[in-house]
Amino acid sequence: MATQILLNNIEVPGLTGIEVYRKLGGYAAVEKVLKTMTPDEVSAEVKKSGLRGRGGAGFPAGMKWSFLDRKVDKPRYFICNFDESEPGTFKDRHLGSLNPHLLIEGMILGSFALGARTSYIYIRGELFYILNILEKAIDEAYRSGYLGENILNSGYSLDLHCHPGGGAYICGEETALIESLEGKRGNPRIKPPFPAVVGLYGCPTVVNNVETIANLPWILQNGGDAYAALGTQSSKGTKLISACGHIRKPGVYEVEMGLPVEEFIYSDQYCGGIRNGNKLKAVIAGGSSVPVLPAELILRTDRGEQRLLSYESLSVGGFESGTMLGSGGFIVLDETACIVKNLLTFARFYHHESCGQCSPCREGTGWMEKILQRIENGRGTSKDIDLLVHISKHIEGNTICPLGDAAAWPVASAIRHFRQEFEDHVKLQKCPLSR
Amino acid sequence: MLEGKNNNILFSDEILELANRIISRYPEGRQKSALIPLLHLAQAENGGWLSPEVMDKVAGFLDIQPIEVYEVATFYTMFNLQPVGKCVIEVCRTGPCWLNGGEELLAHFEKRLGIKPGETTPDGLFTLKVVECLAACGNAPVVQVGITYHENMNPGKADQLIADWSDGKERSHTNPYR
Repeated sequence: MATQILLNNIEVPGLTGIEVYRKLGGYAAVEKVLKTMTPDEVSAEVKKSGLRGRGGAGFPAGMKWSFLDRKVDKPRYFICNFDESEPGTFKDRHLGSLNPHLLIEGMILGSFALGARTSYIYIRGELFYILNILEKAIDEAYRSGYLGENILNSGYSLDLHCHPGGGAYICGEETALIESLEGKRGNPRIKPPFPAVVGLYGCPTVVNNVETIANLPWILQNGGDAYAALGTQSSKGTKLISACGHIRKPGVYEVEMGLPVEEFIYSDQYCGGIRNGNKLKAVIAGGSSVPVLPAELILRTDRGEQRLLSYESLSVGGFESGTMLGSGGFIVLDETACIVKNLLTFARFYHHESCGQCSPCREGTGWMEKILQRIENGRGTSKDIDLLVHISKHIEGNTICPLGDAAAWPVASAIRHFRQEFEDHVKLQKCPLSR
Repeated sequence: MLEGKNNNILFSDEILELANRIISRYPEGRQKSALIPLLHLAQAENGGWLSPEVMDKVAGFLDIQPIEVYEVATFYTMFNLQPVGKCVIEVCRTGPCWLNGGEELLAHFEKRLGIKPGETTPDGLFTLKVVECLAACGNAPVVQVGITYHENMNPGKADQLIADWSDGKERSHTNPYR
C-alpha cells in the first residue's frame, strides 16, 4: 500500500469526533508546534516540504506564504478555500466531511505560521451539510482548548469560523472568494495587488485549498524533508485524485505522486479499469478546465514515455500533446462517450459560471455553448469548428481571472485531438454516437 | 456583540439569535460579510425564496443599502428570486453526471412531475431546477434537495424521492444550519 497522509484513517468509525481523532494522533502537530516552534520555523518546514497548492494551480505553498506582508500593521487572515466546484473534482468534499479535524488542525497550524488571529473556511453553499459537520468539530476544538484564547498556554489565540457561499464556481478563484466573503458578488479582482498584500478587508491574506491545508499536520509532525522524500522531483508528497466517469470504481484515491496513469486506471487498487469492458477513449486528468487527452496520449507521452500522475509528467508535450494535473479531478470517457456532447456540458458550465466582468469570457462562453449545441444537434458547419477555435483563442489570456482560460482550453484541446468527431457531426448532421 | 438592526419580524427569535451570532464572526463594521449566510436564513424563513420585501429587510437588518443585497442575491444560483414549490429538486447536468445518465434522470423527473426545469407543479409541491456541478461526480448522477445530496440516482430512486415529498408536510428549504 502506498503512503497515505490524508486518507490513512478515513474509514475509522467516529473519525469526525475529536476523541477518535486524538486517539489516532490528532492534534499532536498543534501540541508540538505551539509548544516548541516559532511561526517562521513552521513556514520554513512547509517551504522545505515542496508542497504545492492542491486547488489546481500547483503554486508552491511555502512561497505563497512568504509573500505575506508581515510589515504592515494590520490583522492578517488565513482562509481555507472549500469552494470545490470544478467538474470532476470531489476530493475536498470527501476529506472535509469524513475528517474535519484534520482540516481544522491544518487551519490552526497555518494561522499560527502566518500570524492570523481570525481564520475562515469558505465552503460552497451547496455543501452546507459539511459546514455543519465542520462547525460541530470546531466547537469540539474550542472545548478542548485548540481554538480560542491562549491555545495550550502558548499565548497564541485563534478564532475559526465557517462561511457558506451562495452557489458560484468563480468564488474558487481566491480574489472572488475574498469579495464573496466580504458580502459581495464574486467578481475577481485585478492583480496586483495580490491578496498577500491586499486581501480580506484590505489586509494581508493567504488563501489555501482544503487538501493543501490538510497536509500541514503531517508535514509539521514528520518534517518537511520527510514529505519531500515522497513523490517526484517537482511533485512532492501525495495527491488526492477524484476519479469518475466510465470506470469500474469511481472514488477518491490518495496516490504518491509519480504513480503511472495506466496503473491508476487499470489497477483494482484504484479505478479498476473501464466499465463493461469497454475501451478507453479519453481522459480529462485534472478537472474540466484542463486539456482532454486521447487514450494514447494520457497513457504515454508523445515521446513514448509512461505518463505519470505528477505535475511535470502530465504537462510533457505542452498543450500540443500534454495536459495538467490541475485539481486531480480525473474524468474518464469510454468509447461510447461523445466528445462534442461532453464538451457542450462544460461550455454550458463555464457560460453559466462566468461572472460577466470581462466581455471575452462573458460573451465568448455563451457563443461557444451555442455553436456546440448546433454541432451536437447536427446543424453545424465545418466553419463552426474553426470558429470555436478562433473564439477560444480570443478568450484565452484576455480576462482578469483564469476562468476564461479554463473555458477555452477544453474547447481547443477537444478539437485538436478529436477534430474528426466534430467533422462527423457536421457530415452526418447528427451525433454519430447518439443513442 | 454587534446586533442586527431593524429586525421588523424578518427572523423568528431562534433564527434571530443565530443571525446575530453569525454577524459576530466578522470584524466590527464588516457586518456585510454576513450577507450570504443571512440570505440563506431569510430564504429558509420565507418559503424558500427571496422577495424584494425580504431582501429590503435583510438590508435594513445589516444596515446596508438594498441594492447591495439585490446585486448579491441575483449573482448566486442558490437564491431563488421567484416563489418555489415546497420541495425544490436540483438536478446536476454537468459532464460527469451526464456521462452517467443525468440527462435521462432529468427527463424522468420532467415526465413524472409534468414540468420543465424552472417550473413549479400547479399544486405548489415541486419545483424542478437544473444546476451545475455539485462536486459529487464519483456518485453521479446527483440530485440535491435542501441540504441533502441524493447520489447514484436512477428512475426508481427518483420516484421514491417524489413519493417522500408528496404529502407536502415539509419544505426542503429550511434553516440550513443544523
